[in-house]
Amino acid sequence: MSVNETSAQAPEIGTARVKRGMAEMLKGGVIMDVVTPDQAKIAEDAGAVAVMALERVPADIRKDGGVARMSDPDMVDGIIEAVSIPVMAKARIGHFVEAQVLQSLGVDYIDESEVLTPADETHHIDKWAFTVPFVCGATNLGEALRRIAEGAAMIRSKGEAGTGNVVEATRHMRQLRSDIKRLTTLDESELFLAAKNHQAPYELVKEVARTGKLPVVLFTAGGIATPADAAMMMQLGAEGVFVGSGIFKSGDPEKRAKAIVEATTHYDDADLIAKVSRNLGEAIVGINLDTLPAEQRYASRGW
Amino acid sequence: MATTADPMIGVLALQGDFREHVAALKAIGARSALVRRPDDLQAVDALIVPGGESTTMWKLATTAEMFEPVRKRIADGMPAFGTCAGMIMLADRITDAAAGQETFGGLPITVRRNAFGRQTESFEEPIAFDGIGELAGVFIRAPWVESVQDGVEVLARVTSGPAIGRIVAVRQGNLLATSFHPELTADRRVHEFFVAMVTDRGSA
Repeated sequence: MSVNETSAQAPEIGTARVKRGMAEMLKGGVIMDVVTPDQAKIAEDAGAVAVMALERVPADIRKDGGVARMSDPDMVDGIIEAVSIPVMAKARIGHFVEAQVLQSLGVDYIDESEVLTPADETHHIDKWAFTVPFVCGATNLGEALRRIAEGAAMIRSKGEAGTGNVVEATRHMRQLRSDIKRLTTLDESELFLAAKNHQAPYELVKEVARTGKLPVVLFTAGGIATPADAAMMMQLGAEGVFVGSGIFKSGDPEKRAKAIVEATTHYDDADLIAKVSRNLGEAIVGINLDTLPAEQRYASRGW
Repeated sequence: MATTADPMIGVLALQGDFREHVAALKAIGARSALVRRPDDLQAVDALIVPGGESTTMWKLATTAEMFEPVRKRIADGMPAFGTCAGMIMLADRITDAAAGQETFGGLPITVRRNAFGRQTESFEEPIAFDGIGELAGVFIRAPWVESVQDGVEVLARVTSGPAIGRIVAVRQGNLLATSFHPELTADRRVHEFFVAMVTDRGSA
């Protein structure tokens, strides 16, 4: 009975390690936006590591305009019922009650997302107060570290959701990468100023300078539409990929979803990416960023 | 194949926390290699199947034409160690599987996926591991072992809470599996235990 002799200690839930660890399990995978249980099943069958349950994909949020909010709990429940993989859902920036509701529904991760209309222009959600882990968007290192200081257990580069245009995701991944690299070249005495410039907590800046990476998993998001887009983000240092409108706004979602999953795993194998890129049908039409007015840019939401 | 005195430990790198396993192996001075395609598999003496999403790993193993080769190597006696999703992949039977979900198999056990509940139920708890001692158990949407056939050694059970008594670590012959994630802690004793299993086999 030696296996039963540990000192009795109640299991501890909601620790930073299980929150950040959950994101570690998603690495190398693709998280897909879905708006119905049927789409969730297609995503699971294609090999998605998780689904993001929402009412409208970002491309439709753009088209429809108006205030975008947390999804109907019935819709989230339906998706949780439909699949065995983790289910994520979005809350508005700063809307801690939407987050409380999503936690009570049993979602596995909350995305405090700029794709929805922000509910608070000064404060993000205090994410330490929750058992469920959070992922947040960032465009640069300072923003990422501020979110981590608030309790985010995973970061995604923001990109520009719903555009089918990867240019902003590229910009944000490159920015994060070069910010991190630069920190590692500084000596101890220069880190105080670096923390001030990044408007980020000194302890986190110091940790990044020492390890050369974020203290949490880094995914990419916003405009990924093709297997080659996903593979490029992985080569730029993303540890996994969110695909929003890019799959279910395309001509053949099942085929494209599978192709993006394979390209994310074998991101450095151009022959394979060529193979899975054949005959995928229509991609999301996409928006050129220079035609997108400043007030319609989601990446500038949050700070 | 290399001599098992200094074995090459493969880490299945289709999806999940394979880099953490590589880091753990490096920390104890073991040689390691990422395994993504059949050629990679030929070059290793043992295989770690990491944590991640078991349905994704199954699909990717199939499309990468890795599924049968891995299954065959394990059936032919290659030592393997699975954590969490990796435990699911090494189990002969799973309950609560996704439609059609297959495993590499090898361990005559039945594993229940997501047995402890959803992410909000994920937890940490000290675990008494037979042959190692107390270590930190990190359970993330973890499976448990529902039942074992004769000959399977139970190495750890849950010691408190609603799931008390559930089996969370097993070994049979060359195969080792844990519901929890030693690779997410700085404690390398489970990886040392596995590497010793691999090298002992060579010297036996």
